[in-house]
Amino acid sequence: MEIFEIVTYFVLLALLSTAIRVVTTSNVIHAAISLVFTLALTAILFLMLSTEFVALVLVLVYIGAVIVLFLFGIMITRAPLGKNAELDNDKNKKLGAAIAGSIFLLFSYILINGFDGDVTITSGSSTELLGEILLSRFVFPFELVSFVLLAALIGGITLARKDEALIDEDQV
Amino acid sequence: MTEVLVKVGFLAIAALNGAIIFTIMDVKGASWMQRRPGPLHVGLRGFIFPLAEILKFVQKEDIIPTEVDRPVFKWAPAYVMVSCVALFAVVPMSPTLVVADLELGVFFALAISSLGTIGVLTAGWSSANKYSLMGGLRAAGQLIAYELPLILAVVGVVIQAETMSLVGIVEKQIEWGVPFVVGGQIVGFLIFMVAATAEMMRVPFDMPIGESELTMGFMTEYSGIRFLIFYISEYMNMFILCAIASTLFLGGYHVPLLPTEWVNFYGPVVLLTKTAILGFILVAIRWSQPRFREDQLQNLAWKILIPASLVNILVTAVMKVGF
Repeated sequence: MEIFEIVTYFVLLALLSTAIRVVTTSNVIHAAISLVFTLALTAILFLMLSTEFVALVLVLVYIGAVIVLFLFGIMITRAPLGKNAELDNDKNKKLGAAIAGSIFLLFSYILINGFDGDVTITSGSSTELLGEILLSRFVFPFELVSFVLLAALIGGITLARKDEALIDEDQV
Repeated sequence: MTEVLVKVGFLAIAALNGAIIFTIMDVKGASWMQRRPGPLHVGLRGFIFPLAEILKFVQKEDIIPTEVDRPVFKWAPAYVMVSCVALFAVVPMSPTLVVADLELGVFFALAISSLGTIGVLTAGWSSANKYSLMGGLRAAGQLIAYELPLILAVVGVVIQAETMSLVGIVEKQIEWGVPFVVGGQIVGFLIFMVAATAEMMRVPFDMPIGESELTMGFMTEYSGIRFLIFYISEYMNMFILCAIASTLFLGGYHVPLLPTEWVNFYGPVVLLTKTAILGFILVAIRWSQPRFREDQLQNLAWKILIPASLVNILVTAVMKVGF
């Protein structure tokens, strides 16, 4: 069990350093690549808690799709090599720190209160359990989230679509 | 610990050999169809060719242009390679000859194979070259579009087999008596093969490479060993996707009528034969078909393959509940 804890702390340390790099680097692409490593390390943490499904979802959805779309979006609009001064947003640093700190405190409170400090690592697979819980006890939030996604999808299409009438108005 | 090392070594060797077998097949297929004497007659009837190819790239200088983003440029091939090699871990050669029989094997394969896109995109961007950037963008657009039908085509198989473990899926096909491609997943198989060909970025889906208009796409600025990594990864990817297709749809390491007690002996041979047949079809398509136009390629993915795979899932689910 000891070696498990040592590895956990190493993963957490690496996670922290890559996460800090995401917000401190002054190049968008470097930030996105650091985010890939942050998410990969998070997936490893989930794997160590024997929730393979969540770990693989992180890899498939966040690294494989979300970050790829980030990179795609950045590159298709503007992607300067080297440093980008616009990224250093000094004005909002204090606000950002305050929000990050309060989220940290909130989550620590919830986790410590909810689990009493001990994490039980179930042996075997939790995938089947997760599927059943998601479609029985948490079916309403699950459907709600899919509804939000649908709304986002329609919103995206509406923004991206060029209506011919609108184009004519712009030209006038 | 030793077990882990042995397994990692096995992975590396299997991946390299898979790539070499498919390189030989591709080059020999090309020279057979197009009457190129080199790979057919020179040096041990042309079989020495991949060795010469590897030596050629290793002794070349690894040129890194001055304007590139160095760390990103240097590490981009690694993502592509890792995503290909890791896939070899879940494909079973026989019920016991498998590096890791994961419960979520199929899901693992799909998740890991999506990592390669990041390598391609960052390679295109960090090269500081317009052709590379164009190639990277085309590649990303293509990989995003074809990942969906690839995943959705597999869902049909998972519903029919009631498991995500690759060994479990093959065992289910043995139990059924016929491979899934005969037992109702023919549409899924076709969608999977088309999407997999697009994921490999091979003809007719090689817009991102596009020799004539993009010189080599995202690989333009790469040379020497880094180019070799991209080159080998393409063949590793081709090999492993064919192997996964054989496992999911064609019955994997077993063919009907062979005794299941002996599966450990003939399993690897059967799987490799099926993989090679699929690979040969891809080679034949590569050297005889023209390339898609970019908009045709996107239309095929979003307007035909994705709706078809969704219908496939629906039909499979109805059949599963109904019978």
